[in-house]
Amino acid sequence: MKKKVIAIVLAIALIAAITVGLVACNKKANNGPQEVELPGYNVVEPDYSDLQFPADFKVGLITLHDKNSTYDANFINALQSVKAQFGLSDSQVIVRSGIDEAEACYNTALELADAGCKVVFADSFGHEPFMIRAAQARPNVQFCHATGTQAHVVNLPNYANAFASIYEGRYLAGVAAGLKLQAMGKTNAPKIGYIGAFTYAEVMSGYTSFYLGVKSIVPSVTMEVTFTGSWYDETAENNAAKNLINRGCVLISQHADSWGAPNACEEAGVPNVSYNGSTFESCPDTFIVSSRIDWAPYYKYVIAKVLRGEAVAKDWNGTIANGGVKLTNLGAAAADGTVAKLVEVRNQLALGTLKVFNCANFTVNNEHLTSYLADINGDFVGETNVIDTVGSVTFFNESDLARRSAPYFDAEIDGITLLDRNYGD
Amino acid sequence: MTKIHEPLFHLAKNSNVNPRRKWALRGIVFVISFFVCAIVSVGLTGKGMDYFFKYFFEGLFGSERNAWNLFHETAILLLIALAVTPCFKMKFWNIGGEGQVLMGCLGCAVAINFMGGKVSDAATIIVSIILAIAFSTVWAVIPALFKAKWNTNETLLTLMMNYIAVCLVNFFIKSVATSGTGILVFSNGVVGSIFGNEFVLKIIVVAVLTTLMAIYLKFSKHGYELTVVGESPNTAKYVGIKTKAVIIRTLVLCGVLCGIAGFLLISATNHSINDTSVGGRGFVGVLISWLGQFNPIFMAIMSFLVVFIERGSNALANGGISLGESYPSIMTGIFFFFIIAVEFFVNYKFVFREDLQAKIDLCTAKIKGVFSKKKQVEEIENSNKASDSVSEEIVEEAVEESAVTVEENEEIPSTEDVEEKEGK
Repeated sequence: MKKKVIAIVLAIALIAAITVGLVACNKKANNGPQEVELPGYNVVEPDYSDLQFPADFKVGLITLHDKNSTYDANFINALQSVKAQFGLSDSQVIVRSGIDEAEACYNTALELADAGCKVVFADSFGHEPFMIRAAQARPNVQFCHATGTQAHVVNLPNYANAFASIYEGRYLAGVAAGLKLQAMGKTNAPKIGYIGAFTYAEVMSGYTSFYLGVKSIVPSVTMEVTFTGSWYDETAENNAAKNLINRGCVLISQHADSWGAPNACEEAGVPNVSYNGSTFESCPDTFIVSSRIDWAPYYKYVIAKVLRGEAVAKDWNGTIANGGVKLTNLGAAAADGTVAKLVEVRNQLALGTLKVFNCANFTVNNEHLTSYLADINGDFVGETNVIDTVGSVTFFNESDLARRSAPYFDAEIDGITLLDRNYGD
Repeated sequence: MTKIHEPLFHLAKNSNVNPRRKWALRGIVFVISFFVCAIVSVGLTGKGMDYFFKYFFEGLFGSERNAWNLFHETAILLLIALAVTPCFKMKFWNIGGEGQVLMGCLGCAVAINFMGGKVSDAATIIVSIILAIAFSTVWAVIPALFKAKWNTNETLLTLMMNYIAVCLVNFFIKSVATSGTGILVFSNGVVGSIFGNEFVLKIIVVAVLTTLMAIYLKFSKHGYELTVVGESPNTAKYVGIKTKAVIIRTLVLCGVLCGIAGFLLISATNHSINDTSVGGRGFVGVLISWLGQFNPIFMAIMSFLVVFIERGSNALANGGISLGESYPSIMTGIFFFFIIAVEFFVNYKFVFREDLQAKIDLCTAKIKGVFSKKKQVEEIENSNKASDSVSEEIVEEAVEESAVTVEENEEIPSTEDVEEKEGK
């Protein structure tokens, strides 16, 4: 009996402790660090006011994971915003989540087409061959694939690729990071760290542009990069961030989808630049800024084209000017004066007066690039020269629509050390 | 006096139950599990039952393609279940169906990869069938040889060989594919549509194989031999069945069917290969085989039900409200929970302590009494004819029965109660 009483008392005490603990966690500190608003770029949106949506007009989206992945959530949320803007009903927007990069994608694409979708989007690189098969099977439906590379190769009238000049967003984030380094007084050859998923052009283009952004403020900066071999591996990303911090990196950024790296930075008090969305809520003391792709402009572009019966471009590229590349609000950790500087640089990028990959700003093996063969047709062997000269500026022409929208910058520039490599095997 | 402690109830094997009743019970439990799925979904979506049924059945039969695909998925799953069935009937615990089918996929992929587009499609298809069957058969026969020669544990061996198959597939993809996405896509040398329908071929193939397998297991000498080897190895030895040969022969059959499944998956369905091309069907197939009691017809029904729940809940999960990608697994989990649990109640019965049994009998008698009264009233209303005698007889019988048991235990003062309630 005694034992029973003690057990009950203990159980109640435990429940009470947990309740108190949870409630305490939920309490939001109102006087803690505050976000700093970054005014949006003045995007001139095409006129969509004349669009008439028939009641049977439907849009489908295929995502690899569900909303719990930041990457897929970015696609789903953008489609929801377009749905609200265009006044589409629940039954007119169909999202199919958790679709593997396999037969399931082909089946789902056809099911969406059969359900009446006039446009079907897919969000993951590996979906591409199945989307192409679906496009061949349903010639009356427009299939659009984000991050893909084959649209200009297979050349189907109803299949298109899209990406965004996210390297411009990362460059801007790098500028914010550079200003932070300056504010911290780390201007004498500081070392920063970067965690990537795979050693692909998409990631390499991203970290190089980020580095060049930092370098534009702190010229003596160097960077160490490490790869986890997964788009989503919380433990590996967390450990990679800790490792970089131990190696003396004073600022961290990442290109992977979990909260591993931002949380490690918050724990260690190291400033962090994020991707795909703000981590301010959980990491209020170290979050500086995050760049992201906004897919809403692309959805709207394709939907309008299909409704008007016009051809959708084989490749589409989101930019600062068309609203495809965005920055989140700044965290409290950002340095003073960051907003003004970001707005200034952003305008230069949007107008094209500033080129991120200006060959004068970086060297490969101590030489400025004069020509570079990049892989455009997707066979992982470089074959196309992508160094262009416009006026007096010679630059690596990344995500050029005449070539393809998906990134192809994979040069290893001086100042960045790759601690390891991971090609996914 | 020593008090003998007797448990309230114990379990006993329920061997002489009418099989028709067993299947009726299973059917009822399936309906219950389906409604539990519906209730859970209603709780999660906050919408009514109509929402659940609308999206569930739209996903199953919403379009012609969906309906075909429902039967197509059933066929593929059934084929893999058929492949492992003779093994289990022989009590050879082959849980390597996944790996054996995957090896078939690999064999097929090897042929298509090196021949597709270079020689005629027909030649590629023939070679890919042969290679698929060869790969699968080798993979199935290895554990059989070990079992026959050294009596090694086939469960562990077949399970581990699943993972080796996955590694081999990945190794093959990495060594021939230039891209790093872990999937190999084929466009030439594959089976396309037949009569403009991409599913019908596989459904026909599986229907034929199911019939053949049913005949093989039930009427052929081979089928009889493998059953004897499974039921009693000593009997098999005594009557002169070559046990080792039977084991190897049965696993060859399993391998051939797995190879056909692998070929159908790669060449006629996916037109691509990755390490999840089989998608767990090898394991679900084992379950189907057991739940269908190794009877191909019942297995077909079971496969259909599994695919029914899976595809329906998948459509529901992606309906108006997104329920997340794990939702179909939850629904299939509920389904299997019920279907497997009912096997317990089909095969065992509760035997209650005598005094408890008396109480239960009493309740049954009361319930019977109420029902017979109801019947009585209805019958009177319907025909104006007093048919009391029949129902009264039933009641009296029931009461007498309970009274007999009650006598042994005087604590229960129930006969009078019953009689009072019966209105006597």
